[in-house]
Amino acid sequence: MSGMDNISAFAGRPANEAPTLRVGRGAGLSDRSVVWLFIAPTMILLLAINVFPLIWAIRLSFTGFMANLPSPAGFIGIDNYTDILTDEDVWAHFQATAHFVLWTIALQVIVGLGLALLINQKFRGHSFWTTLILLPMMLSPAVVGNFWTLLLQPQIGPFNYFVSFFTGVAPSSFTMIGSVDLAPWTIVMVNTWMWAPYVMLICLAGLRSIPDYIYEAAEVDRASSLRQFWSITLPMVTPFLMLAVLFQAIQSFEMFDLVNLLTSGGPGSTTELVSITLKREAFEKWNTGYASALAVILFVTVFGAANIYVKALNRVKQA
Amino acid sequence: MLRKLALAAVLGGLAELAASPAAADSKSLTMCWAAWDPANALVELDKDFTKETGIEMKHEFVPWTSYADHFINLLNSRSAECDLIIGDSQWIGGAAENKWYVKLNDFFDKNHISMDTFLPATVIGYAEWPKDTPNYWGLPAMADAVGWTYRKDWFAKPDLRAEFKAKYNRELEPPKTWDELIEVSKFFTGKEIDGKKVYGSYIFTERGSEGITMGVTNAMYNYGFEYMDPKAPYHMEGFVNSDGAIKGLDTYKELFNCCQPKGLTNAYMQEGLDAFKSGEVAMQMNWYAFFPGLFKDPNVGGDKIGFFANPAGPTGQFTQLGGQGLSVVAASKNVDDALLYVKWFAQGAVQQKWTDLGGASASKAVLESDAYKKSAPYAPSFVASMGNVKDFWAEPLYVPLLLDMQNRVHDYVVANKGTSKQALDALVKDWIKVFKREGKAAS
Repeated sequence: MSGMDNISAFAGRPANEAPTLRVGRGAGLSDRSVVWLFIAPTMILLLAINVFPLIWAIRLSFTGFMANLPSPAGFIGIDNYTDILTDEDVWAHFQATAHFVLWTIALQVIVGLGLALLINQKFRGHSFWTTLILLPMMLSPAVVGNFWTLLLQPQIGPFNYFVSFFTGVAPSSFTMIGSVDLAPWTIVMVNTWMWAPYVMLICLAGLRSIPDYIYEAAEVDRASSLRQFWSITLPMVTPFLMLAVLFQAIQSFEMFDLVNLLTSGGPGSTTELVSITLKREAFEKWNTGYASALAVILFVTVFGAANIYVKALNRVKQA
Repeated sequence: MLRKLALAAVLGGLAELAASPAAADSKSLTMCWAAWDPANALVELDKDFTKETGIEMKHEFVPWTSYADHFINLLNSRSAECDLIIGDSQWIGGAAENKWYVKLNDFFDKNHISMDTFLPATVIGYAEWPKDTPNYWGLPAMADAVGWTYRKDWFAKPDLRAEFKAKYNRELEPPKTWDELIEVSKFFTGKEIDGKKVYGSYIFTERGSEGITMGVTNAMYNYGFEYMDPKAPYHMEGFVNSDGAIKGLDTYKELFNCCQPKGLTNAYMQEGLDAFKSGEVAMQMNWYAFFPGLFKDPNVGGDKIGFFANPAGPTGQFTQLGGQGLSVVAASKNVDDALLYVKWFAQGAVQQKWTDLGGASASKAVLESDAYKKSAPYAPSFVASMGNVKDFWAEPLYVPLLLDMQNRVHDYVVANKGTSKQALDALVKDWIKVFKREGKAAS
């Protein structure tokens, strides 16, 4: 008889039976009950602030409800959805959002990966530069919005003087956030400035996880730096990069604060992202039913795209 | 010892609190309004009310950019946060129909407060719903309209006057028509004055709340824009998008394109004040409420500033109404005290002091007096402007009506989207949709 058998015999339980933590009968709680007790507050909160509003919003999306009027929510079928999907203005806002998301992601990936490659090198003042690069993402979007509004002011903002220094164009002769052509690029630029460091952080984690011996083996095989980048660095960082793209795509898709502060969706409706339209419909025009339908469409779009993306991400990880 | 001392201090403090009559039965009222210059004058004025009645006045002032959002949400949620509110003229329809405000007819009758003592436009704008009916939901409190300031010192420069005369064969004077306004604005744009490149004029372009609408209507009214057929309520086709309205919109766009400082594409009151104070523009569109402050400005006020009423157009001379009425919030827990305040505020002497402190009474006795007209250089044009004001819709659903106009006009004027006719045709369609939602037969 082994020592373990002895202990099991003493406990009155066969040795191969898994030990379970039992609360005395007086407490009257099974293990499962204890588990439920612990997760119940979170579940209740989740149901109350996530699931219930979602179901409520779906219900409202089929009504003409206006939250600022005392009249009840009348059922109008799919009218709100038809109105949204046949409204040219809404499509224009979706286009503006797509432009913003795609360019923001592209630039954040390029800048973020580039910065990560630089920061991954060992050089003097490495920590200082890392902190400096990370500063923008630590700031509040409200601060960044107001700060850049001032920087981009044509008469007194340094940005125009900076451009003027290199191009010779008069500083007050152009406006970044007031021009139909430049405003969409301006919001992309500011968002990239703010969030590229976040992509850099994730990429840096990826770069640091690559074992040195792989590079040493490549050196032995006389692989060039470029070859090492394409064959080792990039494939091994790609899962991290894709994760960063997922986070940033969701964040950009629901972007509101920064753009609202910078342009309020203008000039005209050039930079009116769908999130701004949603806010205006819900809390300014009080078209609650219509706004709920728009929110549902937005949710389905982001959720669907994210799901497809996650599947692709898993495939990359398995490869 | 230290512990004993601390205990004594705490007990002493509690005894003080208990003995204080203020803690026992102090009365107070909360007045809600926008955060701007006249609000400071109101704080001063309210000290007299507290002195006379013992009722303490608290003030909740919110920046203009969130003024409507914030207070409409409070009213809509039946909050008792405000006892009295100085609410925008456009809110009156919603406030009356949703019973956010206390109806004041009986109170006015009982206390012999007559609406005849106030300028008619302010009674219609700030007190009546439905319009042009004797149903009062507020007392005219802050008369206001859009006006213009100009750099009198620049207009007086001999070299500029000579150049202007040679070019246009007339004297360089404040414009009386929109054509002249554009001409003078173009003349100043690009000139170097006091070592700085300047622009002709500043106009409202703000997109998010009400800015560009409050600006563009000053041109459109004077070219023939009407909100609806005067003979057929809510019939807008051919009135909102009439040839005159289209021309008015084009005129505003022309002024924006030629003479607005670069970058001011989403700018309202404060940006205009900044542009004028920093010597960036020769003329500025803004609300009269700011003019007392500008007149006192050490850099651009005094002899350097002049004022003129909104210029006329081919079909008349009208101005956008601003200003607000004083109303009692129905959800307030202090309605009687709030009514006492309204009664106090309506007195002639209080109205006079209100204006003297920097507010703008809508009382005929105050505004039409010779003393007022001579009190400041902006006073004569203000009184004249208040005689020819027009206001935006004051329907319960005024917000979507306003935002629709903001979008259409900003899209055309600032973002060059489509034509003026397309913008106004689309606006008619938007407005019809809103009125139908309100249950009104619109066309």
